[in-house]
Amino acid sequence: MNYSIETENLSLWYGDFQALIDVSVKIRDGQITSLIGPSGCGKSTLLRCFNRVNERYGNVTTEGKIEVLGKNIYDADVSLPELRKSVGMVFQRPNPLPISVYENILFGLRTHSPIRSMTRTESDQIVEEALTSVFLWEDLKDKLKVRATSLQLEQQQKLCIARLLPLKPKIILMDEPCSALDAKGTLAVEELMAVLAGTYTFLIVTHNMAQARRVSKECIYMFLGELIEHRETQALFETPQHPKTADYVQMRYG
Amino acid sequence: MNILRKKSTAHLPFSETVIELFIRLCGISSILFVFGIFFFVFREGAGFLFGGLDVGQFLTNVEWQPTSLNNKRYGALALIVGTFSVTLLAMCIAVPFGLGAAIFVSEFCSPKLRETFKIIIELLAAIPSVVWGFIGLTVMNQLIITVFNAPIGLTMLNGSILLALMSVPIIVSIAEDALKAVPDSYREAAEALGATRWQVVYRVLLPAAKNGLLAAVLLGAARSIGETMAVLMATGHSVNMPSSPLSWIRTLTATIAAELGEVARGGEHYQVLFIIGILLFTITFVVNLIADLAIKGIRQES
Repeated sequence: MNYSIETENLSLWYGDFQALIDVSVKIRDGQITSLIGPSGCGKSTLLRCFNRVNERYGNVTTEGKIEVLGKNIYDADVSLPELRKSVGMVFQRPNPLPISVYENILFGLRTHSPIRSMTRTESDQIVEEALTSVFLWEDLKDKLKVRATSLQLEQQQKLCIARLLPLKPKIILMDEPCSALDAKGTLAVEELMAVLAGTYTFLIVTHNMAQARRVSKECIYMFLGELIEHRETQALFETPQHPKTADYVQMRYG
Repeated sequence: MNILRKKSTAHLPFSETVIELFIRLCGISSILFVFGIFFFVFREGAGFLFGGLDVGQFLTNVEWQPTSLNNKRYGALALIVGTFSVTLLAMCIAVPFGLGAAIFVSEFCSPKLRETFKIIIELLAAIPSVVWGFIGLTVMNQLIITVFNAPIGLTMLNGSILLALMSVPIIVSIAEDALKAVPDSYREAAEALGATRWQVVYRVLLPAAKNGLLAAVLLGAARSIGETMAVLMATGHSVNMPSSPLSWIRTLTATIAAELGEVARGGEHYQVLFIIGILLFTITFVVNLIADLAIKGIRQES
C-alpha cells in the first residue's frame, strides 16, 4: 500500500508559539484516517499544512519535510493552485460561497480553466455528477439556481464536499466536518465518506471519538503538538500503547 | 412583585434623568434640523415655485438670465447638466481609483502599511474644499493648459479631477468596510479550492460586497453633487452646455453660492435660487436613499 502524505520531522510555529513538534507521519492511500486529540493540540494545524492553507495567517514558519503524492510541497516549483486542486478541504463550518448551488460546484473548475472552456451541456453534466455523488441531486435538482448559503447546514456541508469532486482531487482534508451538524447530518456525512473512501484519501480531524471509531481505518492521537500514537483505529482504542493515549481514549483526560 | 418590568424613573438619581433627557434631545434634534432646513428652504422658494415660475422652462431651458432688465430667463438646464456632467466625469475617475485603493487596503497590503494608508486617506478627506479650489485655480489650471494645449484650464475636467480627489476618501473608507464585512470563510473556501488572491477578489469578494460598493460609489457621488467652492473656483463658472471635458461649466451649487449674496431678499431671483436648493436637496436625498437601501441590502445578506 502506498502513502498519500508523508511528513518528516515537521515543526511549525505561529510567531513564537510552536504548534507542531517533530511530527513524522505517513497517511495511507485511499482510506480514512482520523486525527484525534484535545483542543489546541495541533490537529487542525497539521491538517492545514497539507494544502498550505496555513500560510494565510502570515506569521507561520515551518521546518521539516512534507510530501504530498510523492512531491515535496515546499519545493519552489510547486504551484499552490495545483496543490489545492489535488488536495481538497472541507471546513468546520460549512462555507459554500454566496453564489448559486450550480456555480458553487463549478467554482473550482472555473478558477483552474480558461474562461468559456466548458459548454453548457458539459457543465450541466459535471454539476449533476457531483451532486449525485454526495446524494444531493434528488434534493437540489430543482434548486440549482438557489443561493447556496440558504440551504440547510447538512446540505451546505455536502455541497462543500461535492464542489471538490469536479477538480478530481486525490486527497480530501476534513476539519471537524460534522461539528456544526445535528446527529442526522453527521450520520449522512459519515455515510458519504464511507462511500467515497477508496476513490479518495480522507484525513479527518474530529473531537468526536465515537466518530473516529465509526469512520476511520487508522487513527492518529495528537497531544500538545506531538504525534503520540498512530495505529489502526480499533487497536488504538482497545489496546493503546502509550499511557497518554490510554488516558484520552478511556476518557480520563480531554 | 414585578421589579424587572417596572420602569419608573422615580427611583433613578436626578442626574440620570437629566442625562437621559439630554441624550434624547440630541437624538431628536438631528431629525428636527433636517426637517427645519428643508422647511426653510422650501418656504423661501415655494411662493415662486407654485406661482409664477414656469417649471417646464426651468428644467429644460438653457438660458439663465436672472438679472437681465428686460428679458429675465430662469432656465436651469445648463446648470443641471453642468452638475451632472462634472459629477459623472469625477466618478469615472474616482470609482476605479477608490475601489482599487479599497481592494488594495483591505486585501493585499500588510497591516502596517494599511494603517499608514488609512491615515493618509483620512488626511485627504480633511483638506478644506476652498484649498482644493485654490489648487484647481493654480496647479490644475496650468497643467491642463500645458497638457491639452487648451486656452484656459478652468474647465469641467479641472473640477472633475478635484471632485474625484475629494470623493475618493469616502469611496475608499466605505468600500473597505464593505469588503471587510465579507466573512473570511469565503476567502478561505475559495483559496482552498485553488483560487489565486486576485480570483478571490473578483470572483468572490466583489459579488459578495456589491451592495456596499454601490453605496460607496453613491455616497461619493452625493459628495460631488453637493460640493460648491471647489467647482465654483475651478470650472470657469460660466453658464454653458458642455460639449467636452474641456468646456467650462457652472453647477447648481456654485450658482447659489455666487448669486445669493447679491439678490433682493424675497424677489423672484432670490426665490428661484431657493428652488435650485430644493432641487439639490431632492437629488442628494434620492442618491442617499438609494445608498441606504443598498447598505441595508448588505446587512440582510450577512
